[in-house]
Amino acid sequence: MNLLSYNAQWVLLSTLLLGMAAGVVGVLSYWKRQSLMSDTLSHAALPGVVLGFIAVGTKQLPAMLIGAAASALVGAWLVQWIRSSSRVKEDAAMGIVLSVFFGLGIMLLTHANRMPGGGQSGLDHFIFGQAASMVRSDVMLLAVLAIIVLCVVFILFKEWKITLFDSSYAMGLGLSVKSMNIVYTALLVLVIVIGIQAVGVILIAALMIIPAVSARYWTDSFGRMLLLSASFGGGAGVCGTLISTLGKGWPTGPFIVVTAAAMFLVSLLLGSSKGLLVVVYQRKRAQHKRGTAIMTEQAVEGGRG
Amino acid sequence: MSYTAWILITASLVGVCCGLVGVLLILRRMAMMADAISHTVLLGIVVAYLITLQLSGIHMFIGAIIAGLLTAVLVQWFHQLGVQQEASIGIVFTTLFAIGVILIATKAGNAHLDIQHSLMGEITFIPWNKVELPFIGGVPKAVVSLVIVLIVILTVLLLFYKEWKLTSFDAVFAASIGIPVTLMHYVFMSLVSITSVAAFDSVGAILVIAMLITPASAAYLWTDKLSVMLVLSCIFGIISAWSGYYAAVLLDTSISGAMALATGVIFMISFIAAPRYGVIAKYRRGQAKATAKVQYNDIA
Repeated sequence: MNLLSYNAQWVLLSTLLLGMAAGVVGVLSYWKRQSLMSDTLSHAALPGVVLGFIAVGTKQLPAMLIGAAASALVGAWLVQWIRSSSRVKEDAAMGIVLSVFFGLGIMLLTHANRMPGGGQSGLDHFIFGQAASMVRSDVMLLAVLAIIVLCVVFILFKEWKITLFDSSYAMGLGLSVKSMNIVYTALLVLVIVIGIQAVGVILIAALMIIPAVSARYWTDSFGRMLLLSASFGGGAGVCGTLISTLGKGWPTGPFIVVTAAAMFLVSLLLGSSKGLLVVVYQRKRAQHKRGTAIMTEQAVEGGRG
Repeated sequence: MSYTAWILITASLVGVCCGLVGVLLILRRMAMMADAISHTVLLGIVVAYLITLQLSGIHMFIGAIIAGLLTAVLVQWFHQLGVQQEASIGIVFTTLFAIGVILIATKAGNAHLDIQHSLMGEITFIPWNKVELPFIGGVPKAVVSLVIVLIVILTVLLLFYKEWKLTSFDAVFAASIGIPVTLMHYVFMSLVSITSVAAFDSVGAILVIAMLITPASAAYLWTDKLSVMLVLSCIFGIISAWSGYYAAVLLDTSISGAMALATGVIFMISFIAAPRYGVIAKYRRGQAKATAKVQYNDIA
């Protein structure tokens, strides 16, 4: 760690927490079968980021994050509305919200870049992420938000388990599925807001999808999946950030995603629960067992004859 | 022809190409696949550039088709290995896109390729980049490649119109009467890829998604007939291209961003006011039902 400057250590801490938060929320999306919703909402956050900048006039992270959260929530509501009150399917609704909001974001971004001070504001970093551009106050804010996300997921652990896997039982207990959905959407938006500066709007979705799917290959238990996904996400965040500091001006987001993808491939091959090697081994063993069973049967029959 | 005319022609061609392919995407419920392919095409273009060190013509198309098919195959493969379809799309396209961005940032950075450009497109430069054609004269390169792509799409679509209809609406039945459903899936993925790459250069990845999904979804709200839906989708695409362009000029902002927003406006109008599937029509029907019920209760 001596090699890294003081600032870099803070940045590493924030990508670690970001990866962990994204990892645990990703597990919730995985079981809700809404993996691509995070992609939609992160794109939808762009106009809000730029509007936050335009409203304040300088690069003030809190204003931009509030804008991001607001426009991502509008996006989530629109997807829900289009899906529930027309015959357009959910995936098309997500595609529409994603591309139209991003288009609006680009329009605003072009406008903001022409504003005085807009050119050097580093607004473009929000598209691909530039963790190194964060200052310490940003890191503090993001770290606090990430810890809040982690706490909410773990405090409500039992509630998530019940609503995700047995919603009728949840209703029987008087647990409102609707309010859990609201909490879930809020967590999703929070993670996007945290990740938008380090990873960028386009790739933050990967950090919510890949660790969760990777964790699925190692375990069948929801709790262990949460822990594993958090460590995969955190690991990818740290490794990706470290790699991106090797070159000048290298974007952070893509390196984090590629690290996560490498973890996924390893899990796919070696995962102890559903990994390819395990599956092949089990199939072989089952065949072998069947083979010996048939042989003993034949032997018994032969003995009889 | 004037500068503005070429931009409008390019954008309209993008609208028509994407409109046609988009209808099939919506009917086959593969909208997010378009999102994925329009991102991964970037990797195809970058790799083609790194191999040939040229940024034009046939290399880019081949690279893009390979990247598009690779996306489709990988998504399918992971899905068969037990990853949810959605998650599988998410993993494949973000990873391939990230690799593309890394290659640009580390290897091809100072070339004509930059990330900003590929995401948002530079339609304003289209008219400057011309080739000389016999009889017609100077035509922008993007227009030439879009026309070729349009011809390919129209040929494939019209030659196998009945097959597309069957596989899109009832794949099981289509398979049972011997139509090669899997082959058609991959042909279709190739169509999406070449459309993306042709449109990519002029309008950028994000507008490609907007043009592919939004006008077709709007058309889906107006009609039940495939042929009408195809025509409507193209018309919506062209209208958004034109209105987007003039809005951008008026506001002095990103042209492709404004076009994407225009597709959204057309969708919103359709969503609210379409005669049978719009929100108002639904509300009215609901009210008519309610009054009918009340009257019935009164009589009873």
